[in-house]
Amino acid sequence: MAVEATTGSDLVITRRSFRSFMSEVFGPLLQVFLFVIGSAVVLGGIVLLLALALRGARTDIDLLQGTITILPQVIIDGLVRGFLYATIALGYTMVYGVLEFINFAHGEIFMVGAFVGAFFSAALASSGMLTTLSPILFVIAAVFLGMAVSGLLAMSIERVAYRPLRGAPRLVPLISAIGVSLVLQDVMRMIAVNTGLGFNAQFRTPDLGQPLVLAQMPIADDRTIPVSIDSRSLIFIVVAIIMLIGLNYLVNITKLGKAIRAVAQDRPAASLMGIDVNRVIAVTFLIGGALGGAAGILFGMRVGSINPYVGFLPGLKAFTAAVLGGIGNITGAMVGGIVLGFLEAFVASYLSLFTRGQFSGASYADIVAFSILILILIFRPSGLLGEVVTQKV
Amino acid sequence: MGWNRWEVDGECGKVKGDRGRVEGRRWRLVAPVCRRDARAPGEQKGGLVAGKLWGLKALRISRRSNPSPIVLSSWFSMPLLELKNVHTYYGSIHALKGISLSVEEGEIVTLIGSNGAGKSTTLRTISGLLKPRQGEVLFRGERIDHLPPHKIVEMGVIQSPEGRRIFPRLTVRENLEVGAFLRNDKAEIARDMERVFHLFPRLYERLNQRGGTLSGGEQQMLAIGRALMGRPRVLLLDEPSMGLAPVLVEQIFSIIGDINAQGTTILLVEQNALMALAIAHRGYVLQTGEIVLADTANALRENKLVQHAYLGIG
Ligand SMILES: Nc1ncnc2c1ncn2[C@@H]1O[C@H](COP(=O)(O)OP(=O)(O)O)[C@@H](O)[C@H]1O
Ligand SMILES: [Mg+2]
Repeated sequence: MAVEATTGSDLVITRRSFRSFMSEVFGPLLQVFLFVIGSAVVLGGIVLLLALALRGARTDIDLLQGTITILPQVIIDGLVRGFLYATIALGYTMVYGVLEFINFAHGEIFMVGAFVGAFFSAALASSGMLTTLSPILFVIAAVFLGMAVSGLLAMSIERVAYRPLRGAPRLVPLISAIGVSLVLQDVMRMIAVNTGLGFNAQFRTPDLGQPLVLAQMPIADDRTIPVSIDSRSLIFIVVAIIMLIGLNYLVNITKLGKAIRAVAQDRPAASLMGIDVNRVIAVTFLIGGALGGAAGILFGMRVGSINPYVGFLPGLKAFTAAVLGGIGNITGAMVGGIVLGFLEAFVASYLSLFTRGQFSGASYADIVAFSILILILIFRPSGLLGEVVTQKV
Repeated sequence: MGWNRWEVDGECGKVKGDRGRVEGRRWRLVAPVCRRDARAPGEQKGGLVAGKLWGLKALRISRRSNPSPIVLSSWFSMPLLELKNVHTYYGSIHALKGISLSVEEGEIVTLIGSNGAGKSTTLRTISGLLKPRQGEVLFRGERIDHLPPHKIVEMGVIQSPEGRRIFPRLTVRENLEVGAFLRNDKAEIARDMERVFHLFPRLYERLNQRGGTLSGGEQQMLAIGRALMGRPRVLLLDEPSMGLAPVLVEQIFSIIGDINAQGTTILLVEQNALMALAIAHRGYVLQTGEIVLADTANALRENKLVQHAYLGIG
């Protein structure tokens, strides 16, 4: 009913309840978590059924046991790939949310992040600090550095290459983005080659510790094998989750987040509320770029060696993930990334196992994964979450 | 809300920065004060136009003195909002062909006209969503036509746009919070939100519902409430009655009257001329981008052309 007491209702109106706070920050993550479990269960179930069905045809190995043995590792791999695509996809989806524009240079923002890490580690190494630095401190410093550089870079690109084209036909900024992407690749190659970092840049880290053994999994004849997660994957997953929590807080709770959502939903109306639309768009690029940069750092750290073209494929796949989840939808980008990551990890690992190595999974993973994606999009053209879920930017 | 009315006394030729003393109280002009022609409201007195200087900002009285009205006789400020010969285009379409109008502090002024006359274009031009190709838009005597929309909102010119333009995926509460985007005074924002709920109790019942799920009437209430959250010095309303049931239209108009009575100046755009002229003080009639009539609301209601074309009489 109407507001009665002046003082009593103050609290009701201004303070959101702790419950709604938790649901707005962690609700989307819970959804992501459900998709993680769901992907693991569904894909795990499929490979186990396939293994059972094909078991009789194989005499060389026990297919079922082989399938079970690698399953935990495949799931961890799926998680890492999933979070990689998710963090990059957020950059695509947020920018699309406010501008309805695909920032095709985002893969290169990610690549620059990875190179920032490589430069950072090379600088530390040359001053002899790399081995003495605490690994946690190293990870934190590298991630923040990558976020800062990539974020500012993305913001500058928007200012220079996209904003002047805001009123132009839709294809024009798209071409500008492709141009920016090529420029970034070649400029980074030039810098890397001329600074002694090299085309194939090493991303060295302090000793990040031993793999963490999570459990012992029993297999036949009382033998067990350890289920472990290597430290780099663990760092990747932990940092990605922290960033996703931070992003959900930023977008769903803060005033800036409300402004971003308002601009995404109705740009002229947002400007009539006193929101500086250009600034909000710039900040959106900053946030998306920072997430991409952090993903680049984590990626470089995990693979150990990078080159100026490493942004292309992850960028393309993250874009796919964003479309899969429903472009413009933040939770969708995370979910799309997870689903794509799991699909890839499962196909890459099990295709060669099931075909006796005739199809080496790694090289066919994309075909199978993308075929499944196309199927999903045929049946759900607006993406997995699309318009159904309301947490669009 | 709104400004105090200061009745001040002084001589001609005062400009921004001038200071002086009236009845022992010190004052300084922080905005230019210009002389008005005899058409302005107010009585003739000793050959000079007597009137009111609206607005605390225009006349700042030293803190030490008691801010009670002081009497000035020959001075007015300029209107709160003024358009001078404004031409606005959409590409090559000449939508506004030299609009001039003014809104005084405390008034409800209505802009009536049929579909496509240029009413919304006028409001969009005032809010800075469109830039006039020629002419001036002045707010408290300062040109605002070159400013981006958010700067114009910052000055207190706030629009509730045509078609409501509620943020569909923000909750009612969030929509209202976005309306107060430029403000940081939490306690005052809470008080204003309460005031909105007093005007529109329905919104309080829908507090955590998403804007897009509200009915048309509720969305209109939210659009007006959201604009009020910005503490408008002048509130621009674009067809608040559009698409609403007659009962609701009456309710909305009576609330618009209340908002004005509480001190907010309003420029009301309407196709529903009957209702608009019933609550407005003055009105302008717009036809294909030009103002064809300007008068008090009462006079417009009696006008044959208005009766024939907009009130369905005669
Ligand atoms: N976005 C636009 N592009 C081109 N012409 C427009 C646009 N919006 C309005 N117009 C034209 O400008 C004129 C005035 O429109 P508008 O201000 O919306 O009228 P009203 O609000 O009085 O119904 C109309 O002739 C309309 O066709
Ligand atoms: Mg209109």
